Order: sequence, then structure tokens, then C-alpha cells
Amino acid sequence: MLSRVAQNIYWLARYTERAENTARLIGVSTHLQLDLPRAVRPGWSPIIAITGGDELYRSHYQGYSEVDVVRFLILDDHNPSSLINCLKWARESARTIRDFLPRESWEQLNESHQLACEEQYRGLAQRTRYAYLSRVIQSIQGLTGVLAGTMSHDAGYAFLRIGRNLERADMTTRIIDVRSDDLLPESSELHPYESIQWMSVLKSLSGYQMYRRQMQQAIGWGPVLNFLFKDRQFPRAVGFCVAELRSELEQLPRSEEALELATALLEEISQIDPDHLDPEGLHRLIDHLQLQLGTLHQAISEGYFSY
Amino acid sequence: MTIHWKEYNAASCYDELIAVEGPRPAAAALCRHLAALGDEELDERRDAVALAIRAMGITFTVYSEEEGSIDRAWPFDIIPRIIELHEWRRVEAGLIQRVRALNALIHDIYHQQRIVRDGVLPAELLSGSKNFRPECVGIDPPYQTWAHICGSDLVRDQDGTIYVLEDNLRVPSGVSYMLENREVMKRVLPEMFENYSILPIDSYPSQLYTTLAALSPRPIKYPEVVVLTPGIYNSAYFEHAYLAQQMGAELVEGGDLFVDRDDCVYMRTIHGPERVDVIYRRIDDLFLDPEAFNPDSTLGVPGLLRAWRAGNVALANAPGAGVADDKVVYAYIPEAIRYYLGEEPILPNVPTYRCLYPDECGYVLDHLAELVVKPANESGGYGMLIGPQASAAELARFRQLIAEDPRNYIAQPLLNLSSVPTLVDHCTAPRHVDLRPFILSGRDYHVTMGGLTRVALREGSTVVNSSQGGGSKDTWVVDLEDSQE
Repeated sequence: MLSRVAQNIYWLARYTERAENTARLIGVSTHLQLDLPRAVRPGWSPIIAITGGDELYRSHYQGYSEVDVVRFLILDDHNPSSLINCLKWARESARTIRDFLPRESWEQLNESHQLACEEQYRGLAQRTRYAYLSRVIQSIQGLTGVLAGTMSHDAGYAFLRIGRNLERADMTTRIIDVRSDDLLPESSELHPYESIQWMSVLKSLSGYQMYRRQMQQAIGWGPVLNFLFKDRQFPRAVGFCVAELRSELEQLPRSEEALELATALLEEISQIDPDHLDPEGLHRLIDHLQLQLGTLHQAISEGYFSY
Repeated sequence: MTIHWKEYNAASCYDELIAVEGPRPAAAALCRHLAALGDEELDERRDAVALAIRAMGITFTVYSEEEGSIDRAWPFDIIPRIIELHEWRRVEAGLIQRVRALNALIHDIYHQQRIVRDGVLPAELLSGSKNFRPECVGIDPPYQTWAHICGSDLVRDQDGTIYVLEDNLRVPSGVSYMLENREVMKRVLPEMFENYSILPIDSYPSQLYTTLAALSPRPIKYPEVVVLTPGIYNSAYFEHAYLAQQMGAELVEGGDLFVDRDDCVYMRTIHGPERVDVIYRRIDDLFLDPEAFNPDSTLGVPGLLRAWRAGNVALANAPGAGVADDKVVYAYIPEAIRYYLGEEPILPNVPTYRCLYPDECGYVLDHLAELVVKPANESGGYGMLIGPQASAAELARFRQLIAEDPRNYIAQPLLNLSSVPTLVDHCTAPRHVDLRPFILSGRDYHVTMGGLTRVALREGSTVVNSSQGGGSKDTWVVDLEDSQE
């Protein structure tokens, strides 16, 4: 397989995953605003923080109004990670490797891109936003399904899954980081909305239902963090993503260096003990994990794409 | 309103589907079917086409100064062009004959030049040719074949005669649109495929693969065949990707390949470097290899020509093949057929005046306002003079151009291109068409069943190029004896 092709598949996966995560994030945030009384609403600034685009946002907007934030995240051309830009870059990546992808997947990606563009204004209005985001998410899931069902599970597919899982692990750490910012490990007095906020962390990752089934524990600092870092069955848990990525690396030639990094990272994740972390420690841990994910990306990139 | 074929008027030229007395036999069932569709149904079909084209991502790239390069949806008309099988068989034989002579001519040009010594082809044609490559002299490509993929443009004049208008021997494009048009058609008018015996065209990619694989310098079972593209901003990129995908070949860009010290070509893969045997290159000669040709080319592969000359890699089409699709050399192809094959040409050339000869040049200058004048090495309809439509200033300009460089110009009478009914709003109107079949040569010969029909969508226009307002139609070669009436 051509290095250039592997690289484009990898980015195709990262961009579509990023688009889907962005859509989920907007959806859940919209709901969360409705669930909480005005006084404790987190507002829209954390969402921008999650996507890492705060500086960029502030150079174009004043204040974090819902309209501005949602516009920035869905369709603002200045935002390279806007939902529509992600799909555009995914499409560009796919365009240069059309010969390699199953034809239906190209059609599906085109449809997703068209849908997101043509109905973008439905995403801005609260009343139509939910339907718009659901359709976009479904459409991207459709792409994932077409690829799983029609693309040979060969080296190319391995790069697809590596890109997807790396992006997903990264997004999960970001969501934990920002969302847990104002949550405390042991709230001395009962914080009435704490569980709603922890629920929103889970819901941002579509993990509420799975958490309930898996953990059978009250929602709170320890169990939620254990679940989101270390669970090996939930596909958006950091540990799950890194384990997937690691098993894909095992299929690839010349993967020793990246494999070593992934193994070490996995070991670190399994050692995480949320009950001994304070918010400051959690921050540092997440910074460290993101750095490790970056190093892993570097190793894959240098080992396969630009040697 | 529905379509009334009696009101359809193509009297000024030959119409491929409708004769003066009504639909031609091969088109009868189609015309009946279309006439039975109401406006709404027609709209539905047309919307279905737009949807299919969009979903399939069939695009071509147009360059504009304001927007840079943009993808346009492929303009497609749902009324197909129909050719009867028995007529097609003759065209097919004529095309193979022509390509055999073209390859013999190119090979001769790069070897003894017998045709020049025997006085059939004037020597000054070669000395002044932009596409003659001294680097190719003495090379012996497999099967002595240089133009493995040839796209020849055919047109039909008022009296029904089919002429060869030009041969494209460098990097002819359009075959993917031919294949995609059929896919769209099967989605939109499936019922017609049940009633007609429409000959399939979808074996082209596998024929192409077989043709290319047979050129491999290494006698191995699965040679590495790649398609070399200039990249996604090339107007034919869609086609490069499509053909690579259909053949299961790697689609590579110049940067994916390199020539090592052993003069072999390798591509960069996730496993490390891998040897390449055959390159279906869709890059023009001069950009192929910055060491041999244009040193500024970033599209090509340094050392590629060296590897080819050493016989370590096959290039299709071979460098230098374009020497025979020069519009002046074109004028000598009927003579080349007689010279190399000892046969009479089955398909005629459009009558052509060669300004190289003073008497023919004199005729051209005297009749400039009636003729079409073409420079030797332009394509896509650029740099042409269409006498009957030209202003006095344009005529004067061409008069001077011809006088300055007669070798560079030919002139032809303005043909009245045949037409095919084309949907305009809810009616049909005649629009002029040409036909580009594709001929594969190497170990064997293979001609596409029909080809790409291009249609000038503007009323009265004969310019069919997609860059200048042209569209396309599906082309059906129909076996009448096997069709249900």
C-alpha cells in the first residue's frame, strides 16, 4: 500500500470522527443548557475549550452566545475544525484515494458533506438543531458502516481504525478535562446538580446508557472516571481506543516503535486511580495522556507516511 | 406536453435517431417510450440523473480565474445515441486498421524512417514537429506498440458518411465518462435495457489491465501496474482515479515513485520501496521526467525516461507517440494505411488541405471564409478558426499566421455534424454530436463498444468539449436482430 494512501485514509478517519464528535458535543450541550437552572448553567464557553479553538474563537467573536458558538462549531469557515470543514477535509482526503475506497463509501461521504452543507442553517436554530445533528451523525455512522461492510479489512482498514481511535481517545480526554473542571471529587455538601453534570459528561460521549449497564454505581467522580479511562468494552473509553489502536498496529509491518508506545500508554491507563486524584492531578494526567497520544501520532506519521 | 416526434426537425443535418419519415428502426422503441412519458415523468427521470451524478461524484474540473479549479457536475442528456451493430462492426474494423498503421508509423519514425525515404511523408513535417522526441530514437517497445490507448474522434456528415476527425495518441481522456454514463442510464431508464439488446461496455477496465500487464518487463504473474496522475487538480483526475480503481491498480503521483541506482522504478509503500513494472501515465511527455524534459516539472519522476530506455519499466502510451497525432501528420494517415498495411482505409479522413503545399495553401487562403483552420498541436478546440463564423479581423489574423508558418496549419471544410435529439425543457431538439471510441493495442486489439458521445448543448453549436459547454450522452450499440420489438 502506498504511503500517501495510508496517510489519507488515516486523516479521512480522523476528520470524520472529529466531525461526528463535534456534532455530538453540540447536541448534548444544547440539552444540558435546558436541564440546568440558569445559575449553574456552564454556558457555551467550555465547548469551545474542548475543541481547543478558544483563541481562534475570541479573535472572531465577542462573548459566548449560543448562536455564535454553534455557528463557529458548525459552519464558520475560519474554524478549521468546524463540522463542515472536517467533512470537507475528509472528502478531500478521500478524493485523492478514490481508487482505494469502496465506491459506496465515497458516495456516502459525499452525501454526508452535502447534507451538512445544504442544511447548515437548520443546525443554527434550536428547534431544528437536534434533527439536523442526528441526521449528520447517522450519515457519518452510515459511512463507518459502509466501510466496515465493504472495505477489505487489510492494512488500509487498519489505518482507518488507527486514525479513528486516536482521534476518539483524544476527544474523550478533552471532554473529561473541560467538563470535570468545576466538579469536585468528594462534594461535602450535596450538590444537587452534580449528578446531572456527570451525566452530561457521559452523554457527550454517548456513554450514559452503557455506564449504567456496566458500572451499576451511583454517578460520581470515581466510577465515571474509571469508566471513561479504563473500560475495555465501551468504544469511547480511552483505554478501549488505545487497545484497539494497539491491536491494529500489530497487523502492520514495521510497527515496532509505535507498538511500544501504545503498549506503554495502555499500561499507564490501567494504572489510573481516580480516587487518588484531585482536579489539579486530573488536569496534569490528561495533559500527559494527550502528549502521549501526540507522540504516538508522530511515530505513525514518521514510520509510514514520510519516511 | 409530451414529446411529439413529428414536430422534431433536424432537416439541416443527418440525425442519428430520427430520419425524415420518422424514427430510425433502431430508435423506434426508444422514441415510442419517451413519447409516452408525461412532463412529470420526464422531470422525474431528469432529477434522477442529477441525483445519480451527484451521488456518484461524477465531476470534471474547470479552471476559472476567479475561483481557481472547481468541480462541475458532468452534464448529461438522458436520450442516448444509438448505433446499429452491423454499422459498428465496420467502424470497429476501420479503427483497428487505423491504429495498426499509426503504431507502424510511429515505430518507423523513430527507426529507419522508411516512409520519409520513400517520399510518402515529407521530411520537414518531422523536423518541425513539436511532438517528435529525439530521446525515443531507436527504442523498441514491446509489440512495437507506442500508442496503447488511442481515442479517435469520429463525426458524421450530412450524407451519412463517418469520418475520422482526429486521433488522440498522447493521453486521451473520456472513457470513464463513457462507463459512468451507462451506469447512470441503467439507474434512470432500466426498462429500456430489458427491451433492447444493448451491447455491454463494462469490460473496458479489464481489457485495459490485460493490455497494460502484457507490457511488463518482468515475466511474472502479477506485474505491478500503476496509473500515474498529475494529481487531483488535473481536469481528468476523476478518470485517473476511476480507472485505477476499476483495474485494481495503484493510483500514483510523481512523488510516490522514484528511480533507484539500478535504473528500476520503485514506489513508496508502507512496506518500504516496491518495484513498478508498468506505468499507465496520464502526464504529458514533457512533464514525465525533469531530468530528460522540463526541468521545472514537479509532476514527474526524475530518471523515469532512463528506466524506460533501459527496458526496466513500460510506459503507456510510450513517450513520443504524440508525433502521429499532430493535425498535419493526420492528413497523411490514409497514405500510411496504404503504405504499411497495403490496405484501403475503411474509415476516411475529413478532406484536408495541407498548407505545407503551395497549391493547397493557395486554395485555403482563397477560401478561408468557408473553411475550418486548425493549428498542428492544439487540442480542446483551442486556436482554431471557424471561417464561416469568423470576423474580418480574425480572418486577416489567420491569413497572416498561415503565411508565417504554413507547416503548422491544415484546413478542412466545415462539416455539418450529425445530431441526436436532446432534452430541452420538456421538448426535444437536435443537438450536434461527435463520438470518441477508444482503441487498445499491444498484444491484441480491443475497441470499446461504441464510445463517448459528446454533445454541443447550445443550439447550432458544434463545439462539444466539456470545457466549452459540451455535455454527453450514453451510446448504445444495438443488436436489432436480438432485440424485442
